[in-house]
Amino acid sequence: MSNPKTGKMSWQEFRRRNKVSGGYLLRKKLLAVGVSLARFILLFGMCFMILQPILEKISVSLMSLDDIYNPVVISIPSKVITENYVTAYGGLRYAQGFMNTLIISVTIAIVQVAMCTLVGYGFARFEFPLKKFWFACVMAVILVPPQTISTSLYLHFRFFDIFGIFKMITGNPLNLRNSVLPYYLMSLGCTGLKNGLYIFLIRQFFRNVPGDLEEAAYVDGLGTFKTFIRIMLPEAKPIITSCFLFSFVWQWTDVFYTRMFLGGRIYLSTSLSGFADGIGSYLGNAMGLGAPIRISPAQTNQLLSTAILLVIAPLIILYLFAQRAFVESISSTGIKM
Amino acid sequence: MAKPKKRKYVGLQKRKAVSGYLFISPFIIGFLVFMVKPLFDSLYMSFCEVQVGAGKFDQVWIGISNYYFAFRQDASFPQLLTESALNMFIYSLAIMVFSFFVALILNQKFHGRALVRAIFFLPVILSSGVMLGVETDNAVMASMQEAIAQSTSNVSITETIQVVLRTAGVGVRAFETVFDIIDNIYDVAISSGIQIIIFLSGLQTIPRSMYEAAEIEGCTAWESLWKITFPMISSIFLVNWFYTIVDYCMRSDSAIMKKIQGVMTLQLNYGLTAAMSWIYFIVVLVYVGITSALISRGVYYYE
Repeated sequence: MSNPKTGKMSWQEFRRRNKVSGGYLLRKKLLAVGVSLARFILLFGMCFMILQPILEKISVSLMSLDDIYNPVVISIPSKVITENYVTAYGGLRYAQGFMNTLIISVTIAIVQVAMCTLVGYGFARFEFPLKKFWFACVMAVILVPPQTISTSLYLHFRFFDIFGIFKMITGNPLNLRNSVLPYYLMSLGCTGLKNGLYIFLIRQFFRNVPGDLEEAAYVDGLGTFKTFIRIMLPEAKPIITSCFLFSFVWQWTDVFYTRMFLGGRIYLSTSLSGFADGIGSYLGNAMGLGAPIRISPAQTNQLLSTAILLVIAPLIILYLFAQRAFVESISSTGIKM
Repeated sequence: MAKPKKRKYVGLQKRKAVSGYLFISPFIIGFLVFMVKPLFDSLYMSFCEVQVGAGKFDQVWIGISNYYFAFRQDASFPQLLTESALNMFIYSLAIMVFSFFVALILNQKFHGRALVRAIFFLPVILSSGVMLGVETDNAVMASMQEAIAQSTSNVSITETIQVVLRTAGVGVRAFETVFDIIDNIYDVAISSGIQIIIFLSGLQTIPRSMYEAAEIEGCTAWESLWKITFPMISSIFLVNWFYTIVDYCMRSDSAIMKKIQGVMTLQLNYGLTAAMSWIYFIVVLVYVGITSALISRGVYYYE
């Protein structure tokens, strides 16, 4: 014990008690200090590992090209520049992409969470025939890789038709390929991105809400749907918030569904995934050359890091404010099988 | 739950059953239209040759030759399939162990616990979708990473240990797997955010009095880990295992997913794509079924 002021008791008192206990107190104290030190090192290392790519991207994005080629400069740029941000902002077509992504993410998240809440509540609170079967179907929705059905969904929407109605009227089935409608329809049907998971979480949450209020509402003659809206929905705010946040965030970074259903518009995720291959031609155009210019891998990396930062910045800000809503609602559901 | 009555649903119960169906009707409709129908379509398609023309597409029945092609003629598919099945197992295991370990640590009381928890959860938000693949997905970056790997001669600690262990003649194959996991510890860490939280919530439901009683009886922390912690959260293991496998299989950046995507978008061979995805789907299904059945035999329910 190098620092006698650490404990609550005085050093003399500690020594006296240690003597009485036959060295047990000292050993226990040392063990506790050792454990917390080891824990600190371990956790610090792991947290650093998770944060390191982001930190590195921040430092690279603020460097000039000279700094990158300069072997003396590591991590901290000799001169902080913001040109990369301007270039990446233009290359991503950020303003437009941001608006499109924001609109689609918010609306899709609202539709998905509304639908999943209804379904989750239905599974949690009602007894009906074939309930187990339908819940197994929810599990199946979680399990089916989207790639398995993507081809046929693609063709389904490319030649969209309901019982041949459109073919009768216009002679051709509808092409919904470049429209956002199919994705909204899928979200309405709870088959969008990770919707099975939301149903599962919401069902878990509703199962843990005590049923007294609901019973009272039924006795007073309120219908099931009104009971749901007035009584149960306010109870479920935390889980709905967090499912909304998940849906929003995952939609924001999703490429698969975006590319398949929402093609033809600019979204942050899709323009990011094509960013590195397209940045040369963007710079060429911006300089008025009309042809793509070759840029070095180092600079591509730099611009790509900047672009990634730009795309995830809104999410990080959101996470900073809503961290509790993200993390704690999952633990509040008390997941079990 | 199931009552052995003849007429189960009468009066209020019947009304509630009807409303139950109304509540889940969006899911039923969506499931039938956007899941079952495409599933059957793609199953049918996997036995067909698909030609997409202007304004229509034709399917010609060709039997199992798509499957035959996938297994016997495609150069990389069988290899990728076995590889990803193996990886699935190893990585799900690694993720489970890692997240359980981290949850155990985070369950202790120390300063900055909330911060650490927030950091471990951060990858759930950031590493989905586009972020995973974007750095290696394009030609420029891939060639650059190769160049960096060749030119840098910095010695990493893990590599040195690997060399030392290899020259010492420690069993080769098993250790290769361990090295592989250690090299990819970042991947493991960023895919265990949700699992950590689920484990943590499970750990916090265990009453403290159990540990106290065990400690007074002279139980060491190691013993109470095996005798109290494991049985009490065994059902959480099942949930987490399920989630881990599903999450791992759905990752669109795995080699097999890329292969399937490539067949679809580059070769435009929709029939073969459907066949390959069905093979993969069935492998995943069998795998989930077997492992979940094995784990659920060991699950202990306290209540």
